[in-house]
Amino acid sequence: MSYADFTLGAPVADAAAPDGPIETRWERRRFGVKLVNPANKRKMHVIVVGTGLAGGSASATLAELGYRVSSFCYQDSPRRAHSIAAQGGINAAKNYRNDGDSVHRLFYDTVKGGDFRARESNVHRLAEISRQIIDQCVAQGVPFAREYGGLLDNRSFGGAQVSRTFYARGQTGQQLLLGAYQALERQVDAGGVTMYPRHEMLELIVVDGHARGIVARDLITGETRSHLADAVVLASGGYGNVFFLSTNAKGCNVTASWRAHRKGALFANPCFTQIHPTCIPVSGDHQSKLTLMSESLRNDGRVWVPERKGDDRDPNLIPEAERDYFLERQYPAFGNLVPRDIASRAAKNVCDEGRGVGPGGLGVFLDFAEVIGRLGRPAVEAKYGNLFQMYQRITGEDPYQVPMRIYPAVHYTMGGLWVDYDLQSTIPGLFVVGEANFSDHGANRLGASALMQGLADGYFVLPSTIGDYLATAKHEPVDPDHPAVRAAEDDVAQRIDTLLSIRGTRTVDSFHRELGHLMWEHCGMERTEAGLRKALDRIPELRKEFWETVLVPGTGVELNQSLERAGRVGDFFELAELMCLDALHRNESCGGHFRAESQTPDGEAARDDENFSYAAAWEFTGRGEAPVLHKEDLTFEYVAPTQRSYK
Amino acid sequence: MRLHLKVWRQRDADDRGAMASYDVDDASPDMSFLELLDVLNEKLTVEGEEPVAFDHDCREGICGACSMVIDGQPHGPEKATTTCQLHMRHFSDGDTITVEPFRAGAFPVVKDLVVDRGAFDRIIAAGGYISAPTGSAPDAHAVPVPKDQADRAFTAAACIGCGACVAACPNGSASLFLGAKITHLGELPQGQPERNSRVLAMVDEHDAAGFGGCTNTGECAVACPKEIPLDVISQLNRDYLAARKARRRSA
Amino acid sequence: MVLKYVMAASGAAMLLYLVLHMVGNLKIFFGADALDSYSAWLRTLLEPAVPYAGVLWAIRVLLTVALVAHVGSAIVLARRARAARPVRYVHRQPVEGSYAARTMRWGGVIILLFVVYHVLDLTTGTLNPNGVHGEVHANVVADFDPSRWYVTLFYTLAVLTVGFHVRHGMWSGLQTFGRSNALTQRALKTFAFVFAAVLVVGFLSVPFAATFGLV
Repeated sequence: MSYADFTLGAPVADAAAPDGPIETRWERRRFGVKLVNPANKRKMHVIVVGTGLAGGSASATLAELGYRVSSFCYQDSPRRAHSIAAQGGINAAKNYRNDGDSVHRLFYDTVKGGDFRARESNVHRLAEISRQIIDQCVAQGVPFAREYGGLLDNRSFGGAQVSRTFYARGQTGQQLLLGAYQALERQVDAGGVTMYPRHEMLELIVVDGHARGIVARDLITGETRSHLADAVVLASGGYGNVFFLSTNAKGCNVTASWRAHRKGALFANPCFTQIHPTCIPVSGDHQSKLTLMSESLRNDGRVWVPERKGDDRDPNLIPEAERDYFLERQYPAFGNLVPRDIASRAAKNVCDEGRGVGPGGLGVFLDFAEVIGRLGRPAVEAKYGNLFQMYQRITGEDPYQVPMRIYPAVHYTMGGLWVDYDLQSTIPGLFVVGEANFSDHGANRLGASALMQGLADGYFVLPSTIGDYLATAKHEPVDPDHPAVRAAEDDVAQRIDTLLSIRGTRTVDSFHRELGHLMWEHCGMERTEAGLRKALDRIPELRKEFWETVLVPGTGVELNQSLERAGRVGDFFELAELMCLDALHRNESCGGHFRAESQTPDGEAARDDENFSYAAAWEFTGRGEAPVLHKEDLTFEYVAPTQRSYK
Repeated sequence: MRLHLKVWRQRDADDRGAMASYDVDDASPDMSFLELLDVLNEKLTVEGEEPVAFDHDCREGICGACSMVIDGQPHGPEKATTTCQLHMRHFSDGDTITVEPFRAGAFPVVKDLVVDRGAFDRIIAAGGYISAPTGSAPDAHAVPVPKDQADRAFTAAACIGCGACVAACPNGSASLFLGAKITHLGELPQGQPERNSRVLAMVDEHDAAGFGGCTNTGECAVACPKEIPLDVISQLNRDYLAARKARRRSA
Repeated sequence: MVLKYVMAASGAAMLLYLVLHMVGNLKIFFGADALDSYSAWLRTLLEPAVPYAGVLWAIRVLLTVALVAHVGSAIVLARRARAARPVRYVHRQPVEGSYAARTMRWGGVIILLFVVYHVLDLTTGTLNPNGVHGEVHANVVADFDPSRWYVTLFYTLAVLTVGFHVRHGMWSGLQTFGRSNALTQRALKTFAFVFAAVLVVGFLSVPFAATFGLV
């Protein structure tokens, strides 16, 4: 298969990041940016796609600064963006606990947690800003958990040695998003933001090499039209739904990012995906999405499977001696609290051995009997009551009586559009924030860091750096009849026409499921050269089948949810190939990317800093054509790369 | 499981709409209600019929997108459960289930089970926020918030903006939604400066949007998937009265 | 929103009147003289500072104003509610068990019709078989004679309707004026129920006593 080839292009470098002492880089960059005259800001128009933590906070803040903002989301309200589903919390180096936390420690933990595949400059800035985020959110009225003294409560999260995670019960994402949403609505009322709900971006408009607008479809009327501006910000989230089953919302998609990629924006590290170990397992073929259970459950639950293959006895009847507490056995030091990727892979391995539990043998037990015995049911209820309830609601089983069943699921994507220190992509005027960019998490994201990054980008980084671009670019308005605009509109119309005119035999979902299954098998928790090659053979075939036999009912001039999905799945096919290629080319294991060929003798991930200490930024050259790889070399001046060990 | 579904079909906002009957023969008790509709839609699509449009997104009970009335109850018969988390094991083989959109003048039907809840956004835009422009915030510990106040604020803030309260209310009132935001922001010290202007502006927008008046039937709180307590409406009324008094004094 | 406060305030005024009315009614158990003289006293109250029956008429005017305000806002709110749901549910199962809350409007209409009848019966005496001004006791006894069981039945139904109306109305009014919170909600609901029950018993004791010849 020829597609597995790629060509090597010129290296890509982050020209925006200042050098010098890392603690002062952000400060100096902010001083270095050109400022826009307040009177001119009113004349400048910025499009923001997506209203999650990054997009919502960016829209609100840009409007507060005086820019004219058009904000787009596919949901019926900006408040429904999927940031809302984040449960755990948000990290900040406040050191309110006086337990030795600091900006430097958060920086250090994040670089290390990312398995040395993130930029030091970006991560340090993230750690600095983390403190301001908490201040900002509290001022907005986010009801964080508090102690009896009235001060904010913190907890330790995801194996961190310090308590730096701020939270609002199990609904931190919701509360942070509502804060950003309310700030956004305040600007809608003030006239600074024009909101376009139920609008989906289907194309990026690039005029003379600069991002100048988007083509969006009104999902109610089906009308597609272009929206022009001086800069475009993508805050359209991650691409985990390429796997069909993930913890993402059903509507999450890669289309906005992928359209930009096709127009010249490099896509970096697409194979870096995060699999979360504690999700509720698949219950049957009807499964449409997976639900995450907070990681905190692993603090007290014990993970096990039966010793014997195919042992389908009632778990309460399986004696201790016939149980395998495999995490505690393999990782005596960390036990059930090993990092997400390790816990996930260990679960996959025991299921591959045929010792999995539940429907299809795809599950392991997470057992609370010991802690219930030790602390009593009321104590466990106080700590995990809502999670237990959620589990029972979905599975119909009572976790106080029967051990929970869990299985890993795709949760977050670290890869995304390549951006420089200013969060600008390789297309001038196109900025990318939040999960949609690749910047801060390297090969693995730490718990409670996604919310931090989204809000850092949206509230603090982008509003500063975009000014530099706008002050320098000094754009003239784009003629709505400009050939580039017309071409983008025509492309969108043609794509919709094609999808509607195929009238084949297979539904969009059936293709998506098959693609997802392929990706999960071959580009999931464990990747091998053979598997990836197999996927790279099959995906283009399936893509071809899709464009020949997909059945999209209805028309383009109405609310047509099948058509929406069809467009997204079409882009997922192309992304899937790039993900497999990226995974194939990265012949090392790092963070969430585990290549079976690259492991230590005892089965742990083996990183290869000699050959892969770079971010892989891919250039699109055409559907099914070999892409060009641009490497951004990573240097580590402040945190020396070490091999992780959790033994 | 074999199930008979009676589903509201309406082409667009101008269509009159009517109930249509469908059978699903291969439902599983482990499906969510939305997955049942997925199965129905796959079947309809292959048979050349138009699938049923319905709002949904996170499918884990937090985004507030799913919105239908199942067997006469918003989000169906299970307490404190959104439609996406309602599983078919709560129904019996052979059941006939009616599915309708949320019905309210302020929530016009867009298509089938999809309604326009933009009025909720407008209510928030009218005043459902604390003005704290980015960068202006003091340290997070500058103002302690007593725990019981913080907890009450959180309980009210748990509202997901789904609109079940409106769908359940015999008067089509959004007072529970309104009261939840008033209580959330009003409990916090940060929310005090705008407390009066907030409630007046939000109530005006609520009434202008065409929601009905509250007669305290309490059906909203029963339907609420997040169990927002009814006393937030009492809080809303109290705050509104106080705000009107304050306005008269300053006028 | 303002109409709700009008509703609650006018309701409260009428509720206060109901209490006084009931207390007055109970005089019947102290004999015909007690009741008749109480009735006369109502007319001579505050004389000569105010003219004969002045207080009574003042109360009547106030009550009429409250009634008009109450019914008027109810009509506006009901119309608004109707407009707020232009398309009805095909199938709607009321969730909350409160029968009283859902029958406020029709209950109100029944009560209104009853009040009209009641005034013609025992105030003007037009529809009363005895119908002599000042002979309150005789009028009541004649009214609820066992042969006129249907009148007693109608009274009973009307008073029960008033009970339901008061039970929800009282709770609702307290809620409207923001007097309830998470802690007091239950207690206030119980209070409204007990209050309504006392009114019902108090008001029904009179016609039943008359029917069964106890007074």
